[in-house]
Amino acid sequence: MAEKGFTEEKVRVGDTDLQVLKLGTGKPLLVMHGEMGFSGLLKWHTALAAKRTLHIPLHPGFGKTPQASWIMNVRDLGAFYARYIREQKLTPVDVIGFSLGGWLAAEMATANSGQFNKMVLVGAAGLRPPTGEIMDMFTRTARNFLNENVVDYQNTPEFSSLFGGEQTPAQYEEWEEARAETARIAWAPYMFTQSMEHLLANVAGLPTLLVWGKQDPVVPLSVAELYHQRIAGSKLVTFDKCGHMPEIEKSAEFIKEVESFLG
Amino acid sequence: MWFTERAYHHVPEDEVLKRRSFFGVPNTFFDPAKGAVLLNQYLDEKIYTDELGFDGVMLNEHHGTPFCMGAVMDVEAAVLARATKRVKIVLLGNPIPTVANPLRLAEELAMIDMISGGRLVPGWVRGAGSEQLANNSNPAYNREYFDEAHDLIMAAWTRPGPFRWEGKHFHYRFVNPWVLPLQKPHPPIWIPGLISPETVKWCAAHKYPYVALATMLGPTLEMWDMYTTEAARHGYQAGPENFGYLQPIFVHETEEQADALGRNFLFGGGFANFARPEWMFPPGYNSREATRRLASLYSNPNLPGKTLIPQHLHSLKDIAAIKRAVYDNYDSAKESLQIITGTPKTVLPKLRKVLEVLRPGIFSFWLDGPAPREDRMTCLRLLGTEVMPAVREIGKELGLSGPFEVSPGSRPLPSSGRPDRVGSPEALQAL
Repeated sequence: MAEKGFTEEKVRVGDTDLQVLKLGTGKPLLVMHGEMGFSGLLKWHTALAAKRTLHIPLHPGFGKTPQASWIMNVRDLGAFYARYIREQKLTPVDVIGFSLGGWLAAEMATANSGQFNKMVLVGAAGLRPPTGEIMDMFTRTARNFLNENVVDYQNTPEFSSLFGGEQTPAQYEEWEEARAETARIAWAPYMFTQSMEHLLANVAGLPTLLVWGKQDPVVPLSVAELYHQRIAGSKLVTFDKCGHMPEIEKSAEFIKEVESFLG
Repeated sequence: MWFTERAYHHVPEDEVLKRRSFFGVPNTFFDPAKGAVLLNQYLDEKIYTDELGFDGVMLNEHHGTPFCMGAVMDVEAAVLARATKRVKIVLLGNPIPTVANPLRLAEELAMIDMISGGRLVPGWVRGAGSEQLANNSNPAYNREYFDEAHDLIMAAWTRPGPFRWEGKHFHYRFVNPWVLPLQKPHPPIWIPGLISPETVKWCAAHKYPYVALATMLGPTLEMWDMYTTEAARHGYQAGPENFGYLQPIFVHETEEQADALGRNFLFGGGFANFARPEWMFPPGYNSREATRRLASLYSNPNLPGKTLIPQHLHSLKDIAAIKRAVYDNYDSAKESLQIITGTPKTVLPKLRKVLEVLRPGIFSFWLDGPAPREDRMTCLRLLGTEVMPAVREIGKELGLSGPFEVSPGSRPLPSSGRPDRVGSPEALQAL
């Protein structure tokens, strides 16, 4: 079934048929979804699609794109996507990554920052938090994990439209697929690569925006500060009364910051 | 044979019930001095079963839970290998996906087989979901770890070394274990399970007897049929020797005393309250098919099939109400023969029914729940001296051959190519 509001195409990458959602017109923006998979159309998609073509690949193993059994960590997945953007002639491309997807973008940038033009990391995992811990999604049900992502799940309209109400069997299956693939690539160390902190020097020169909720309960703000410190010239924007999903919890401010950064 | 979890009973029941789970109770409730007494008591019981003439003692393994202190079952097996003379030491099973070094496991088991004089019956399990968390073993690779570790252990036991192993998950430059099992080509292997179709089919393909762990009789029979069909695909007729069953049973001098023991089986919600759903089903632990099946039951994805705990328990807030719901279920659990209680005389007709329905070649008694040592020993004595000899006679009468009498997988298929059913739906119907 096609994702509502998007066009959907299948792109062959090596042995894998990668499902890619597209929206909008203009310069491409690569969107890397997070650990719970791609959940649906949001205001920020529509806003950015006015000037941009969003390319949203659905990561292998998360349901729509078949699992690639050789992908066993986030770096493998990054190498897979490096091939995808090269073969699709998207490089150098602007990229925005959320949580696990932010980690993925950061890994790709450490390997070859030249494949990106600008990079936005939103609540990105990938580094061992200097203080606090990355919330363990694997000892919670999918539903509880999602609810804990935001500061107030009952009063965040876009959150409710995506995840509210009775959990459906289809949602259960989708979330289990997402959790399983995230476990395959990020089980231990959980949600970070030990060496990345030392490789972020490679990202110097790549315009980078870090967007974080000050109360992010999933990836603590200390991770944002570490990214900020290690990526020379990066800009850190934080929102108060905001958790792990600024794109939903602070939608208007988020759109403004990202649009202004991407230009 | 005989089985008991090695439970730590000094945790207040309310602590388990309020968490809806044994797994996850903080270990600040554990007192090693009390645990040591219990662990030795459990070993003594197993040694006593040897003296009573049981054919086997069964061990299992769990981690991070007062439900079972046997966190390293091979340690207990090693003690029993030396301290017993005759019983088979049946390990159901080693959770091989949680063992980071399968080669070491192959060595441990080989030593146990040698010390016991060839009395080891190893078995493999995927491990409950919570075991993956307790060992930080990636649940999304559980099945792959299981398959590869199994193949590696079997190779270590049967392929002349040294050889190299470059798998997906395990890598060894030098597989050359000096200690090897006494039994050749390798010890007999049995597999326990909670009626997962994937495991049942895998067992049939490998000709491994499948031991159902106190599952409901109806679904258990369905698994027998699935095994039998798969066995036929692999060219053999399954027989009683391919099947085992674990039966919770509580025997005492009087019905009342037996009932008191039986009720304790539901302590803390019993087996059905082993772990919360998020710990039972960590990410990727289930196959896509199993996830699909669960999706339709997502409101209460605890154990498959009917559990000893009523479905609505998870919505109850009040501990007293939960307790009532648990223990109110006792009579129906007895009625469906999930729990059998009584004197030797009164349990035998009930056991006969189970044996007539399932026709297993392997049969294990299961005693659990907090109870004074004397009562447990009485139960064991009565099982050993009165119940077991009678069960053996019933087995003979029903033609229930065990895996040491008929080699599993050795029966030819009928000339029609269609396998005969092993269990008896008619007997189930008659219950």
